[in-house]
Amino acid sequence: MGITLHHLSRSYGSLHAVRDISLEIPAHTIYGIIGKSGAGKSTLVRLVSLLERPDNGQVLYNNHRVDNLPQDQLIAQRRKIGMIFQNFNLFSSRNAAQNIAYPLEISGHDSSYIRTRVEELLELVGLQGRGKAPISTLSGGQKQRVAIARSLANNPDILFCDEATSSLDPQTTRSILNLIRDLQQQMNLSVVMITHQMEVVRDACEYVAVLEDGGVVEQGKVVDVFANPSSETTKDFLSHLGPDESTKDDIVRWSDEGGRYTLRFRGSKTGEPVLSRIQKQYDVEINIRAGGIQRVGQEDVGTLICDIIGESDIVAQAIVALEEMGVKVEEEGV
Amino acid sequence: MSQLFQLVFKATGETLIMVFASTCFSLLLGLPIGILLAITAPEQQGGIIPKPLLHQGVGRVVNVLRSFPFIILMILLFPLSRIIVGTSIGTTATIVPLSIAAAPFVARIIESAVKEVDPGVIQAARSMGSTSMQIILKVLIPEAMPALVAGITLTIINLIGYSAMAGAIGGGGLGDLAIRYGYQRFRVDVMIASVIVILVLVEVIQVVGNNISARMMARR
Repeated sequence: MGITLHHLSRSYGSLHAVRDISLEIPAHTIYGIIGKSGAGKSTLVRLVSLLERPDNGQVLYNNHRVDNLPQDQLIAQRRKIGMIFQNFNLFSSRNAAQNIAYPLEISGHDSSYIRTRVEELLELVGLQGRGKAPISTLSGGQKQRVAIARSLANNPDILFCDEATSSLDPQTTRSILNLIRDLQQQMNLSVVMITHQMEVVRDACEYVAVLEDGGVVEQGKVVDVFANPSSETTKDFLSHLGPDESTKDDIVRWSDEGGRYTLRFRGSKTGEPVLSRIQKQYDVEINIRAGGIQRVGQEDVGTLICDIIGESDIVAQAIVALEEMGVKVEEEGV
Repeated sequence: MSQLFQLVFKATGETLIMVFASTCFSLLLGLPIGILLAITAPEQQGGIIPKPLLHQGVGRVVNVLRSFPFIILMILLFPLSRIIVGTSIGTTATIVPLSIAAAPFVARIIESAVKEVDPGVIQAARSMGSTSMQIILKVLIPEAMPALVAGITLTIINLIGYSAMAGAIGGGGLGDLAIRYGYQRFRVDVMIASVIVILVLVEVIQVVGNNISARMMARR
């Protein structure tokens, strides 16, 4: 189900948590929304998941307005939405299976259907046989698996993940992201992932919107944003990106002296001798300080931090030539 | 000796009836009020249906009733006892003021137990499309159960104390026995026996309550 946000705003007193956000979240993909704490992520997800009503603007699911539904329809709509949280938010009074059964109980399914469906769901998230386990005996990853099973019990079209991996260790984070990706494929879900971790966006999302101070500063396909970040916030997130242990090497620094230029190139460009061509063509020397290639979705994105030494007008020409070859050049302090 | 045993045995029975009945009635009165207080609280305090005016109004009434000295409340409630059970003295009549005196206490205990439920869990329940009633019955009460049991234990113990006080104005039970025999007729043995039985009752209820609460926590 596609989600459209139309000039959404929400403030608490004088705090404008979300200001005038318009987004088009395509159906059947994993859409990341990244921002630092206080950027308005949590408010945005509460608005989009219909837990809160906006002060202004509209939320549309498949072009149907849903932010102003009357209470009974709102409850019906929420039953078609799955949601998981940073703190799992499982019921401690219920065991794993009973937690998963909750959404089925409240929508009035009979107990024999609930029993078979709960078994199915436990298997789906890889927890077969653990149904009777009290919540406190489960690990963080297992708790999130129970939460995922619970959120999918009513076969929702949309799954919201509110910092779903933020309290998990890197290895567990990867296994949960893999599970979410598999389930997205399997159930053709539209997943919206709220996070402050660029690794999550890189490893799981197809699209991303970058939030800053209640507004969207950048959005697009993850590969594009990684290869060609336009906002300072995004660049900041990218520069703090942790190593990508699952595939290729991370950024290696040869020297701590910062290079003046950051070169970003994507896909096929990672395999071309772009730099040596430039060096031959123009009278410049390129001194590489750091570099690496990261796998983003199905594509590679390379980053090089380097100095370009030479006459300043020739350096400028070389940069233009680089840009023409599809390499994004950023100059430090500009 | 056998007379002492008979006296104490009968009075213990009366106390148990008073305490049991008034616990039930005070829960019947206090539970809905406590839940009402918890769910109508402002949103920041975890209220699922914030109704600030109602919340404050009910809160005031509960506070006034709670701060009323029990012995005076009991005298004030004599007419009510007469209407409900037809008399204002004796064990049955005492159940009325006991229940009403304990109800606000129960309400506050239930309120604080329910407020301790993790707001995140309530948010999750809402996000799954629970109605308010479903949140109350399937989330708030079960999640708060260990705290509720501890609160009810405290209520019963309080009611044992109150019921002994009720004895002072002809309420029957162990308190009545202690005053009429122990104090007014200088029967020290009756006094001591009554006090011991009350102490044992309190201890047993505390241990049982703690046990139930602990066992619930262990299963989570």
